[in-house]
Amino acid sequence: MRVYLDYAATSPIKPEIRKVIEPYLTADFGNPSSIHSWGRKARAAVDEARNQIAKFLNADANEIIFTSGGTEADNLAIRGVVIAFKGATHKPHLITSQIEHHAVIKTCEHLEKNGLAEVTYLKPNREGIIGISQVKKAIKSNTLLISIMYVNNEIGTVQPIREIGKLIEKENRTRKQRIYFHTDAVQAAEYQNMNVDFLHVDLLTISGHKIGAPKGIGALYIRKNTPMKEIIFGGEQEMNLRAGTENVVGIVALGKAVSLIKINNKTIKLRDYFIEKVLKEIPEVELNGSKENRSPNNANFYFKYIEGESILLNLDLVGIAASSGSACTSQSLQPSHVLMSCFDHPERAHGSIRFTLGEITTKEEIEYVIKNLKVIVNKLREMSPLYKGKK
Amino acid sequence: MSDISNLYSKKVMDHFQHPQNMGKIKNPSGSGRVGNPVCGDLMELQIKIEKKKGKEVITDAKFQTFGCGAAIATSSIMTELIIGKTLGEAQKITNKAVIEALDGLPPVKRHCSVLAEEALQKAIKSYQENKKM
Repeated sequence: MRVYLDYAATSPIKPEIRKVIEPYLTADFGNPSSIHSWGRKARAAVDEARNQIAKFLNADANEIIFTSGGTEADNLAIRGVVIAFKGATHKPHLITSQIEHHAVIKTCEHLEKNGLAEVTYLKPNREGIIGISQVKKAIKSNTLLISIMYVNNEIGTVQPIREIGKLIEKENRTRKQRIYFHTDAVQAAEYQNMNVDFLHVDLLTISGHKIGAPKGIGALYIRKNTPMKEIIFGGEQEMNLRAGTENVVGIVALGKAVSLIKINNKTIKLRDYFIEKVLKEIPEVELNGSKENRSPNNANFYFKYIEGESILLNLDLVGIAASSGSACTSQSLQPSHVLMSCFDHPERAHGSIRFTLGEITTKEEIEYVIKNLKVIVNKLREMSPLYKGKK
Repeated sequence: MSDISNLYSKKVMDHFQHPQNMGKIKNPSGSGRVGNPVCGDLMELQIKIEKKKGKEVITDAKFQTFGCGAAIATSSIMTELIIGKTLGEAQKITNKAVIEALDGLPPVKRHCSVLAEEALQKAIKSYQENKKM
């Protein structure tokens, strides 16, 4: 049996998406900027996808910019707003969190290092949640942009984006310097309310390969009148905000992907069953992240006394894919910054495993994972000098 | 089944899946605990040393390890490398010998072989200190 529980890393291309992109891989290969019929066909496809995404987000089509993925969209959201900032007399201030994706954190750090912005990195509570009052307290007169992710990619915590959005809107009524609000919604698209007006956001990032489209496509929603400058230079594509020939195949796929999204409660039920059974049947295991404010597809466990990479290798040997916060699985040998920020406990970061379900995950697969997990955890604990359990 | 050999050699995976000499020795002659769970690796190596024909020989070795695949494999192979060796021979075993015996380790995992060497040196040292008492 082979069980893929790493949907937060990437997802397989959905058959319906494969079908709609096929013509653009073959006969309809035109460049959308060309005037001839090949080009016009490609342009029509790009326009349609833009409309699909606008509809999905309750936005206007000209508020959607296609990018090479979530990372570029995050870079554009943050750098684009900072570069467009006309305050000149003072440095803009940004607020973000310590548990953002590196696409946000490293972009902020880069701006900081180059003297283009000052940044406050909010520390979440143990469940990985950023409080509204924390955001409120961090706001300064020169605050220009707040970027808080919608759903955390590691621990699955869902942030109170709508509440933060409303707070910012209220603050903006009496401020000289308007604050713009960005959310990285890469992990949220399939399960959360993505209506940008409901959320009160100005900028929102989505990515294709997390929702059944190919890798290499993403989009940034930019609310009308949000100051924005391009960060990639060249042609006039994407309303002058993203140079480069459009990734027609990816764009068509992303449009189809969002149009296929239907909120189901099958995944959350299966996830709850999985969490409950693991916590009940394996001793000394804890759940990372919030129990209530949690993405329906995410389960992240801390297995005491053992290390993540050796768990992952053993899982892989029985055909199960998951991922870990352990330093040993990263090239940098640094443990997960998300788990470190929530717990300040390296052992916990090393011993934690993330399982992320997809809409095609079955109960049979979950049973298979639980059965193997028990054996693996037991085997590794027997080997661990930290384990003083029953011998 | 996908090919895991682009991550670790077959030898590493063999030792990871079937670790040799895992556990504890009842009355060890020496033991060495190195690494730190904070860094993600903790290795404990115990050795039994007996006099044979006037020479001090490692007659048994056991390990317990908290760590990644490479940490487990280096501990396991270390016990194999030292059992039957005289103290003098064992003292010459370096982390390079451990890497070679495993048919290589990925560059980011070389520190695991260093850890195995340190565990051995520490175990031998503790034996020598015990002897003095």
